[in-house]
Amino acid sequence: MITPLNSDRTAVNSIPNTPRITPELVAEHGLKPEEYEHFVKLIGREPSITELGIVSAMWNEHCSYKSSKVWLRTLPTTGKRVIQGPGENAGVVDIGDGLAVIFKMESHNHPSFIEPYQGAGTGVGGILRDVFTMGARPIAALNFLRFGDCHNVKTRRLLAGVVAGIGGYGNSFGVPTVGGSVGFHKRYNGNILVNAMAVGLARTDEIFYAAATGVGRAIVYLGSKTGRDGIHGATMASAEFGADAEEKRPTVQVGDPFAEKLLLEACLEIMKAGCVVAIQDMGAAGLTCSAVEMGAKGDLGVELNLDAVPCRETGMSAYEMMLSESQERMLMVIADGKEEEAEAIFRKWGLDFAVVGHTTDTLRFVVKHKGLVEADLPIKELGDEAPEYRRPYEEPAPRPVIDPSDVRTAASVADALERLIASPELCSKRWVWEQYDHLILGNTVQRPGGDAAVVRVEDGPKALALTTDCTPRYCEAGPFEGGKQAVAEAWRNLTAVGATPIAVTDNLNFGNPEKPEIMGQFVACVKGIGAACEALDFPVVSGNVSLYNETNGKGILPTPAIGGVGLIDNLEDSMTLAFKAAGEPVLLVGKTQGWLGASAFLATVCEREDGAPPPVDLIAEKRNGDFVRGLIRDRIATAVHDISDGGLLVAIAEMAMAGRVGASLEDPPAGMDPYAWWFGEDQARYVVTVPAGQSAEVIHKAEMAGVPMIKIGKTGGDRLIVPDDRSIVVESLRDRHETWLPIYMGASS
Amino acid sequence: MKPAVILFPGSNREQDAVRALRLVAGARPQVVWHADHELPQGTDLVVLPGGFSYGDYLRCGAIAARANIMDAVRAHAAKGGLVLGICNGFQILCEAGLLPGVLVRNARLRFVCREVLLRVERADTPFTRAYRKNDLIRIPVAHGEGNYTADESTIARLESEGRIAFRYARRDGQIDETDGPNGAINGIAGIYSEKFNVLGMMPHPENYIEPEIGPTDGRGLFESLAGALKAA
Repeated sequence: MITPLNSDRTAVNSIPNTPRITPELVAEHGLKPEEYEHFVKLIGREPSITELGIVSAMWNEHCSYKSSKVWLRTLPTTGKRVIQGPGENAGVVDIGDGLAVIFKMESHNHPSFIEPYQGAGTGVGGILRDVFTMGARPIAALNFLRFGDCHNVKTRRLLAGVVAGIGGYGNSFGVPTVGGSVGFHKRYNGNILVNAMAVGLARTDEIFYAAATGVGRAIVYLGSKTGRDGIHGATMASAEFGADAEEKRPTVQVGDPFAEKLLLEACLEIMKAGCVVAIQDMGAAGLTCSAVEMGAKGDLGVELNLDAVPCRETGMSAYEMMLSESQERMLMVIADGKEEEAEAIFRKWGLDFAVVGHTTDTLRFVVKHKGLVEADLPIKELGDEAPEYRRPYEEPAPRPVIDPSDVRTAASVADALERLIASPELCSKRWVWEQYDHLILGNTVQRPGGDAAVVRVEDGPKALALTTDCTPRYCEAGPFEGGKQAVAEAWRNLTAVGATPIAVTDNLNFGNPEKPEIMGQFVACVKGIGAACEALDFPVVSGNVSLYNETNGKGILPTPAIGGVGLIDNLEDSMTLAFKAAGEPVLLVGKTQGWLGASAFLATVCEREDGAPPPVDLIAEKRNGDFVRGLIRDRIATAVHDISDGGLLVAIAEMAMAGRVGASLEDPPAGMDPYAWWFGEDQARYVVTVPAGQSAEVIHKAEMAGVPMIKIGKTGGDRLIVPDDRSIVVESLRDRHETWLPIYMGASS
Repeated sequence: MKPAVILFPGSNREQDAVRALRLVAGARPQVVWHADHELPQGTDLVVLPGGFSYGDYLRCGAIAARANIMDAVRAHAAKGGLVLGICNGFQILCEAGLLPGVLVRNARLRFVCREVLLRVERADTPFTRAYRKNDLIRIPVAHGEGNYTADESTIARLESEGRIAFRYARRDGQIDETDGPNGAINGIAGIYSEKFNVLGMMPHPENYIEPEIGPTDGRGLFESLAGALKAA
């Protein structure tokens, strides 16, 4: 039984009031003067320095979602499979047979720019912890990465560091990194994006939550010791960068994947032993955020005794302990009478275990250290009742639609294909994903490089399809359509491997929300995401918002990354994009208008980034996708690929390169501009092959379903034959595709 | 067949090894904790699985090589018992003195996860009898420190005693020393102990065993072990 600390209210008088809280100190903590005034009014006195630290940690953008919350609430978050939507450590979705998939995506943008290896690594560590905190064993990791222009002097170093950091953490921890997205644009020169996604499996009746229950229960600290790393990390991540970004290195945490692996095994073991009432990992804002969330969500108070916190360094103050973001730590409420059993399990794994406080019925967050009360604050107002803003925003101005006749280039269709396929955006990312262990656990059915990764569930026959997507060019050109498209592309990628898309996690990366035009991009993207998720029955179950991705006043492209999860009932029904054999009809699914605005062709070949993005017809998206999935399930399709960046010809080329089989293609429809036909980025489209002799029957089937489908060529030979142009040897195309990135990174292969 | 899979803190492919032994060899492996002093009664095969034991801190395998259970593993090997070390397990065997040489950082200084071709150097050991000599098999690697090296006389001895188990090869069967995944000397991917009862290898045969997942060239190794231990 826990002996309550001396918690008589007179102790409040002992709250130290040195140093005095000056406006400068408030500003240094990232609080606006009006936020500070609100806080003072709330507690009725001047706060201690520790209290100021605590409130700055809880009310910063990263932890409180104060600018985004009102909009996030508009997203569809429920569905027949959804067990837990946003608000917990991760989303939980039922996949049948008593199993649930638990997943979330989270950003580590700011720290990764400052210190790429540790920043990216701890991003992976943080998201893995979110997933296993809920009782799930991680089975896959993915990521979504954006770097500056490839000519920018920092890009190589950042890319090398981030990739090594992701691999260094995930490989050692022992989770396969099975997919992701890598892109480049000058608007990320000063703010790269590192969004990490983790996916875990748990039994539906063995899921653990953050909300504490029961008064007087022990709050236990588990995992690594607390050091001085990462202090103010979350506050740093809630501000723009100036010229001094690199000076913020001490705010970046240092990862220890070995400790995390032990923490995983120990946590799952004590969960199995029935020791855990509530659990919260110490992520952003460390001990502060985890303790407040446990109490606030459970409508309980929390009292912490910092004398018991295992420290890595001597002489740490209450302020430092409360704000440290040292990694690989957990906070738990232990079931009555189970402390000894839980401690024995943690000691076996060589991890720290300390009772650092208890739950109370006061709804106060009380922090004691060396006999002094360092903080005594109302827990609900710190946590789930933190301030929120409805920031002013400007509707983004629509861009003009580009007519293909206005697009000029000296490049032939074949030239353009060769350039696109070897461009930073569309080249093979093998150099990246070969640094990630994507095979560990022995369940990786489809590896990186396809439309979506496919990972078997336990011993099968079920499998999960996983992807991360967003086309920031579109979001910049038209945030509403861009938001829709990010969701639609994820849905399409899952469909293309034969999966039923079931839910998404989102990672909304934007600039400074205090600027109405940025807030306008945010609002429009969220509306677009909401519309697409609604129409495609694809609820948002978890997510993360990263704002203030700006340097010297210049923001990133609006980038709402979508992590999609799909379910495959029988992995024998999963599909790949590689051409399988010669002589198979190549079919195009979906309507082609020839949309060149904001396309990869326009950016890479014509060096123009103007025009409205392709509109997303969500009804067509669903109808066409459902039809294609049907062709896969009926075992008619032999290869399927969604059409996205680079349009039809790039999709066909990718299928040819993957299967090392060529194709001869027919003329564009009469009256269609050839560039618009081959490189237009109209949505809701797929390329499908079927066995020889079956095209007429399949096209008839499509007609009956109201799905546009035409035959556009035939597989075979060793080259791609485009009408009225030179033919391209598939193997040489493959060489170009595979070598751009290794050469750029200065490696021989 | 009674295999024991040793679990060190930081091991992470132990379940992959367990699955391969279960599915291919029909065995029910016991997972043994590193702090234990004894192997289960009747153990006839010890597997040191892949992973990052002790976070690869100090040196890969160096701390695990000094774990309690390793005395029992040494005793088992000294009696002629079979020991298989995969990836981190190979690194541990070298650090424990059960195999000569050492695995250093990959020549390109990056972690590499990809499929490689291995040439089976001999098919008359308990680990390889289901293959044929000079078979080219597809097996994946996943390591940052798999660059095998040793002093000249050790390499000469390994070569002359026929103790190279597998080499990284090209499609034409030639040894792939420069283009291989890690720069290992003579393309060495795995080696045997003097009595051929201990095998250490960097690639992961345990991940290539199921047709629904991918290629199955790793099955041969576990089939060989099952065959070799059936009589015992």
